[in-house]
Amino acid sequence: MGYFSDIIHGFKTLLTGMKVTGKYFFNARKEIITQQYPDNRDTLTFPERFRGRVDMPHNENNEHRCTGCQACEIACPNGSIEIIWDRVLNPETGKKKKAIEKHIYHLSMCTMCNLCIVACPTDAIVMTHEFELAAYDRSDLTFVLNKPGSKLMAGVEE
Amino acid sequence: MHGTERFTAAVHQWLLGMFSPGAAHIAEMVLTGLAYLAFFAVAGLALVYLERRIAAFFQVRLGPNRVGPFGLLQTVADALKLVAKEPIGTKKADHFLYSLAPYFLIISSLMAISVIPMGAGFSAFDIDVGVFFLIAVSSVGVLGILIAGWGSYNKYSLIGALRSGAQMISYELSVGLSLLTMILLVGSLRFSDVVQAQSDYWLIFKGHIPAFIAFVIFIISGTAESNRTPFDLVEAESELGAGFHSEYSGIQFAFFFLSEFINMFIISAVAATVFLGGWMPFHIGDLEGFNHIMDYIPGPVWFFIKTGFIIFLMMWFRWTFPRLRIDQLMKLEWKYLLPLNLLNILLMAFFVWKGWYL
Ligand code: SF4
Ligand code: SF4
Repeated sequence: MGYFSDIIHGFKTLLTGMKVTGKYFFNARKEIITQQYPDNRDTLTFPERFRGRVDMPHNENNEHRCTGCQACEIACPNGSIEIIWDRVLNPETGKKKKAIEKHIYHLSMCTMCNLCIVACPTDAIVMTHEFELAAYDRSDLTFVLNKPGSKLMAGVEE
Repeated sequence: MHGTERFTAAVHQWLLGMFSPGAAHIAEMVLTGLAYLAFFAVAGLALVYLERRIAAFFQVRLGPNRVGPFGLLQTVADALKLVAKEPIGTKKADHFLYSLAPYFLIISSLMAISVIPMGAGFSAFDIDVGVFFLIAVSSVGVLGILIAGWGSYNKYSLIGALRSGAQMISYELSVGLSLLTMILLVGSLRFSDVVQAQSDYWLIFKGHIPAFIAFVIFIISGTAESNRTPFDLVEAESELGAGFHSEYSGIQFAFFFLSEFINMFIISAVAATVFLGGWMPFHIGDLEGFNHIMDYIPGPVWFFIKTGFIIFLMMWFRWTFPRLRIDQLMKLEWKYLLPLNLLNILLMAFFVWKGWYL
């Protein structure tokens, strides 16, 4: 009897599949997930985990959270991140400490894989929602993420 | 007399008024041919549009919606683009066969369409072996696919074409036998008789259990016949490039593409005609009032509603089921569909003998 129960089982599973897709089809009008992009450029909504280009947020005092630990540089599978750092003297403690000079990010090599963000111990970099990234010159695709004159936010290292 | 019959009679009278009987006959043939060609193009484009749109809704997208209102002109634009494109073939192709292949498909689909009645007396020719003719002619199409695969000198095309051959030989049987089951009930191979037999109940209700089994088998093997997912091993984009039409471009590609959709239309039309009553309105027993209201909807509308329903069903399959492997395909036909089909014919014959139908 395995023969006939196979057939019945087969039809059951097929109908289950059709039920799932059918539900999507008949509710499609209500919940289209794609957006009419160039038309709604001003009102675009992004899913929370959308991955645009990598950026480093600064606060109003031009301070960032990057300690120059280079974890992101090591984590990046494509070598898109280059950290140029130096040891600077801390006037308060009198000790020399690692600090970034430039956090260089090559968008041209980045695959938006999110690994650098995960690797960063101080959450200094984020994935932005910027996605219109085309440029006319390749050199326009290299960014220095820390703003000129910026410094480390106090209390990040503890 | 039905509206469609009046229409054809009026055209006949009008032509007779203008020409001698012989010339009128030729003019009628030319007109019919042109009408079918136009129908072929329009239906093909409409189906491509529908498919894309429905596929989009299954995936909760919008689909083509830019060219014309609701994107209705999208496929027209695509067709124009294809016509304007340069055909690029392979150097070592067998050029004669290579260029011949698309016409096999087109002509076989056209011939198959011509026997299906779209309304009362509204088919190009109503021969007394209509169903048989349809099965015979629709399997000529596979020759086109085989020739295309052989002629284009490309291993992927050849693999695709051979798969198509295997598939067609197997599933042709199921299509034929499931239609035969219904023919047992009607007692005639002529399409107009088949439809006429359903003036009280559609055949799927008339023959209840065996008719329903035959319907399901026909839909499965019909989907396989028209090479659509889950039976699209012939093209199998993910394995074979584009399968048998990998090497075709421009207008020839458009021919293959259109004929695929027309084949889907033919299968659906046959299913609608043989199982769901063709252009016959939906009637319930002796409910006079209800039946009269249903009669007001003209035959062709009924025909297209039913065909559309089955087309939708086939599109639903396409966006739900994964593709079968070639051995699974063979197993499904020879181990399941064929024995069931033969049993089903016996069952139907027994029911007909005992008179156990509506
Ligand atoms: S997102 Fe991935 S590829 Fe881009 S910089 Fe970070 S680790 Fe490198
Ligand atoms: S961005 Fe984060 S991981 Fe990269 S150097 Fe700065 S602190 Fe370290």
